[in-house]
Amino acid sequence: MTRLPLPNLSLVVLVGASGSGKSTFAATHFGQFETLSSDFFRGLVSNDENDQVATSAAFEALRFVAGKRLDAGLLTVIDATNVQADARRSLVALARAHDVLPVAVVLDVPQSVCVERNAARADRTFGASVIKRQHDQLRRSLKQLGKEGFRRVHMLSGLDEIAAAEFVREPLLNDRSDESGPFDAIGDVHGCRSELEALLGKLGYELMRDDEDRPIDAVHPQGRRAIFLGDLIDRGPDTPGVLRLAMGMVAAGHALAVPGNHEAKLVRALDGKKVQTSHGLAETLAQLSSETEEFRHEVLHFCRDLVSHLVLDEGRLVVAHAGLIEKYHGRASSRVRAFSLFGDTTGETDDYGLPVRLPWAEDYRGKATVLYGHVPTLEAEWVNGTMCLDTGCVFGGKLSALRYPEKEIVDVPAESVWYEPVAPMGARESSGGVAAGAVTRDPGLLRIDDVLGKQIVETRVFGKVGIREDNAAGALEVMSRFATDPRRLVYLPPTMSPPHVSDRDGILEHPAEAFAAYRREGLDRLICEEKHMGSRAVVLLTRDATRFGAPEGWRGAVHTRTGRPFFDESTTDDFLSRLDRAAETAGLWSEFKTSWLLFDAELLPWSLKAGPMIREQYASVAAAATSALPAASRVLQAAVDRGVDVTDLLARTQHRASNAEAYRDSYRRYSQPVSGVDGVQLAPFQLLASEGASQLGQDHSWHLAIADRLAAADEEFIRRTRHIDVDLTSAESEAAATTWWEDLTNAGGEGMVVKPVAGLVRGTRSLAQPGIKVRGDEYLRIIYGPDYLDPTNLARLRDRDVGHKRSMALREYALGVEAVERFVADEQLWRVHQAVFGVLAMESEPVDPRL
Amino acid sequence: MLVTVTSTAPAASNLSHLLRKHPDRAQAFPLSVGTAHVFYPEVSDERCTVALILEVDPIGLVRDKRFRGSDAATLARYVNDRPYASSSMVAVALGQVFRTAMNGTSESFPELAASALPLEITVAAVPARGRDTAGLVTRLFEPLGWSVTETPIPLDPAFPEWGDSVYVDLVLRGEVRLSDALRHLYVLLPVLDDAKHYWVSDDEIGKLLRAGVGWLPHHPERELITRRYLAHQPSMVNEATARLSADTRLNDLDDLPAPELAEPSEQSGSAPLAQQRAEAVLTALHDVGAHTVADVGCGEGTLLKRLSAEAAFTTIIGCDVSASVLVKAARTLNLREASDRQHERVHLAQSSVTYQDDRIAGLDAIVLMEVIEHLDLERLPALESAVFGAAAPGAVIVTTPNADFNARYESLPAGSFRHRDHRFEWSRAEFAAWAAEVAARRGYSVEYRTVGDVDVELGSPTQLALFRKATNL
Repeated sequence: MTRLPLPNLSLVVLVGASGSGKSTFAATHFGQFETLSSDFFRGLVSNDENDQVATSAAFEALRFVAGKRLDAGLLTVIDATNVQADARRSLVALARAHDVLPVAVVLDVPQSVCVERNAARADRTFGASVIKRQHDQLRRSLKQLGKEGFRRVHMLSGLDEIAAAEFVREPLLNDRSDESGPFDAIGDVHGCRSELEALLGKLGYELMRDDEDRPIDAVHPQGRRAIFLGDLIDRGPDTPGVLRLAMGMVAAGHALAVPGNHEAKLVRALDGKKVQTSHGLAETLAQLSSETEEFRHEVLHFCRDLVSHLVLDEGRLVVAHAGLIEKYHGRASSRVRAFSLFGDTTGETDDYGLPVRLPWAEDYRGKATVLYGHVPTLEAEWVNGTMCLDTGCVFGGKLSALRYPEKEIVDVPAESVWYEPVAPMGARESSGGVAAGAVTRDPGLLRIDDVLGKQIVETRVFGKVGIREDNAAGALEVMSRFATDPRRLVYLPPTMSPPHVSDRDGILEHPAEAFAAYRREGLDRLICEEKHMGSRAVVLLTRDATRFGAPEGWRGAVHTRTGRPFFDESTTDDFLSRLDRAAETAGLWSEFKTSWLLFDAELLPWSLKAGPMIREQYASVAAAATSALPAASRVLQAAVDRGVDVTDLLARTQHRASNAEAYRDSYRRYSQPVSGVDGVQLAPFQLLASEGASQLGQDHSWHLAIADRLAAADEEFIRRTRHIDVDLTSAESEAAATTWWEDLTNAGGEGMVVKPVAGLVRGTRSLAQPGIKVRGDEYLRIIYGPDYLDPTNLARLRDRDVGHKRSMALREYALGVEAVERFVADEQLWRVHQAVFGVLAMESEPVDPRL
Repeated sequence: MLVTVTSTAPAASNLSHLLRKHPDRAQAFPLSVGTAHVFYPEVSDERCTVALILEVDPIGLVRDKRFRGSDAATLARYVNDRPYASSSMVAVALGQVFRTAMNGTSESFPELAASALPLEITVAAVPARGRDTAGLVTRLFEPLGWSVTETPIPLDPAFPEWGDSVYVDLVLRGEVRLSDALRHLYVLLPVLDDAKHYWVSDDEIGKLLRAGVGWLPHHPERELITRRYLAHQPSMVNEATARLSADTRLNDLDDLPAPELAEPSEQSGSAPLAQQRAEAVLTALHDVGAHTVADVGCGEGTLLKRLSAEAAFTTIIGCDVSASVLVKAARTLNLREASDRQHERVHLAQSSVTYQDDRIAGLDAIVLMEVIEHLDLERLPALESAVFGAAAPGAVIVTTPNADFNARYESLPAGSFRHRDHRFEWSRAEFAAWAAEVAARRGYSVEYRTVGDVDVELGSPTQLALFRKATNL
């Protein structure tokens, strides 16, 4: 048995003449889908596995499928003769294009065996001469395979060796995903030994020293390990000292390290290659010259063996000196190594003679946290889940480390400006961390592919929520042209479902069905909140405009459920300054230690936003109805008076006339004239979040208590939300709530919203509906029309399905919650926006507007 | 929903013979549009009144595909005026219930049918005061021999500040043949109803011609009547087009008032402003030697069509924020019939100027024709980042209205904008200030040009800024 190592992620190219047993070999050693056979693809594209005319199309299809597999990180085996250099070259290129290792496995079988096997097969019509030619080609190939770019070549000569072969799959050197830390990632040290000692001390490591009192190891009592992000050497005062400590830690298993571009250059210098000794290499070589030959040898091996990047903690953490785009994580190729060492370089240099680098982190959308160094910045900051920890210690900045998974920054100041920077510190980051003249991207800018196309948003309360492509397309215009600036659009509320149709006579909605829905979810403790007949409003109130990228003095935003501002700028300002005063009086600013507050609320009166709709739709219909129906009644009465039998029609018409009056009364209740902020009222019913804290998990009674405090501070402006608690285990409690609803709606109220008392609560199966609205009979006239309660009409209206609406409500709720949580966690703008956009996209889905 | 016809002719009750409806019985006719009830509230030799009440089933209306207008799936379907207003549905009912009388034939009273009668017609709640219809009722009925009394119905007496509704109670008096009177109503109620004229049968043109015999050809408003009556033909194509045209390119909406606005004075004979703008943009594109171009905010693709006609442009990308308008642009460009090579050269993509879109990065030029004024001012920095920062083309061409020039538009009240979706309109100084800042920040030079006929004091109606990327900063 010969054990042949095989990297987990590789493109395995079988090489052997026809009849050498490749397919059998592949079937023995690899999975059903892992092997892509040229014969099979010939069959796919031509119906004939041996049709040589189809070869070119077959290989095109094969390479396409192989590419998809490699993209997915799957080992793939190519079963074709591959005896010609040309054929192999395209496969090596394919492996490189997907940043995986090309591996050749040669089956060198005696020509006679091949000929014999082919003769036994009816479908192989080519003769021995073809086999001979292939054999000759194979012979000529053998020595070149390494040169052609195969990173590993397994030569199996003869039937015995082939039979004895066994593959052992090995993880790539960069795959350390089983190591989960905790870690302390340390930025560019550049020979600053003293600062490194101080930083390790501050991080809690204990230094070990040799006889000469030189630090050779550092141990953390809790078993934490350091990660050196490269560029340990050059420029600074004591490169050998840094190396001695770092190498000792790595050797003892107390640290991991990735190489920097400086180490890479040192390796070439120590190997005797000609290199420029600028940028501090000269100093390093001078310092190393006073060390022993043995130490220099250790340094060479240490630096040479470093793996360009490491994937850690189940793929959640990636470290590389200059960072790494997601596509390259866990991959192996020259360009992956080059990116890890030098970043996304364009080959150009800037005014300071330094290479121009593209700001890859601005576009980073990967799941893994990426930690890196390489470009000195003033402060270590998160950019799309990545952080550069090079804070220019050697240039007089500081030496920084990040605790992982805690994500706390620990740093120590430089003891001196050890090396004058070519460019002033921070000068090269004036436009998002890029050299002047390079392509600049503004960090706040969102990408179109963050929102368009099919999106999947991973939510913490409901798992994955998919946004359909056409829904996203529908939302783009509203978001781009009408909505509040995305930096200030933290939340959009979900749609809300009514209950199932009531089986009571003469009524469409009743609290009983809402209670039943929650009972089925196993939830007993509910709260009924008065439903204000206004417009849903999200109110962001801030005393720190910069938190939202807004100009000084900006107080926040008041927007609709589709993100549109309610007021013009100056009215918004008046509105928010009044709310700010109320929040001050209520003590919210100090209690929550926050510079901003986010409320979910209802804005009254309804006519404020819906004025045109009330006039053009509701009042208009009422004008026609209340004028035409009495006229018709008069004409009918005249006919009745002269003995024509239209009594039924008259009664019907008079009844409809009174329905029309009732309908007119319904909308009139919600129409009050308003000028500026005067006459406007806000009924907040949930404090969604404040700095550092999502409040979505709080009980609704907690939220309403806050609203009451605001109302106490400004009764005229803030409207209280009347409410009643329900305990479904008590029939009296349920009956009391029902009576409460009846009183509310009989007095002209719109209705109520039934919610579980607890926030973000789970039902029997999944997240519970956040609320179910139960509307009053009279209010529903303006939804279903003046005559909806007539028995024949009502009977037909009963068939309505709330299932789809419920499902949408849950998904939208999950997205809204996710947006708030992401904002509170200070995640990147695109992450918050993706969830907010998702709510809007879902809203563009057509649903019965009466629900 | 209610029409009454009163005759005050001698032996007035003969009206019932012409109508062929018994004066002492109430009759009900189930029709596609609802149930029509016909009865006589007053019958004497001096005065005879017939009444038609149309009962529309509101729920049936919602569920019947034939009555779905372009506002399908909106709340308007559920709460609308059809059951109350005397709309085109009433016209349909008249035509069906009084078909014989409308034809003007009467076996028993041929002379009566052929002679003008003193008639008084009342129609309750006629939707007649919508957009552009002021005075229309009189213009339609007076030439036909009617004296017209319209009584506006207030929108809501509780809110007098809301003014009148679109409905009027209509009274027509005149000496008119009954057949003509009914045909007048049959045609003109749908015309007044305009946008809400629901399709009933396939042969609308034939019905119009038949009902219009003897009066429509000489009617001074003949053109308007024909256009409105046929405006809502039932073909699916038309319906789709109508739906799409509801959100056409902003530019086009913008240009709607152009015939009145753009040529207020001596400048007649110049090409329409929209055309001059397209030409100015093309000239600018040629001046910078652009081959790869994106028209961002392309709308229905009028500029794209001109670009695609010129071989100099090797890559043409049209972007718009609205997916539906791009469907229309694809039709403008005839993309469905385009060859592979044409597809490679011209393509459309939904995008937004406030998001970075790599599909338009690195082109020779990006055109923003009448786009920026449709964005809130606070979003302009995002546009700047996306277009000048991320896409970073060799040149950017921006056109926008010149607010200084608005003084020349007499019909435009001072301080208002040319289009209701404009978020701002800049004076030349304001535009130049913005353009200069963007150019400085993003490494471009900027040149200003006029578009349209130039007023010495006020400049041109449209202003254009041509940004060129400075090389080797």
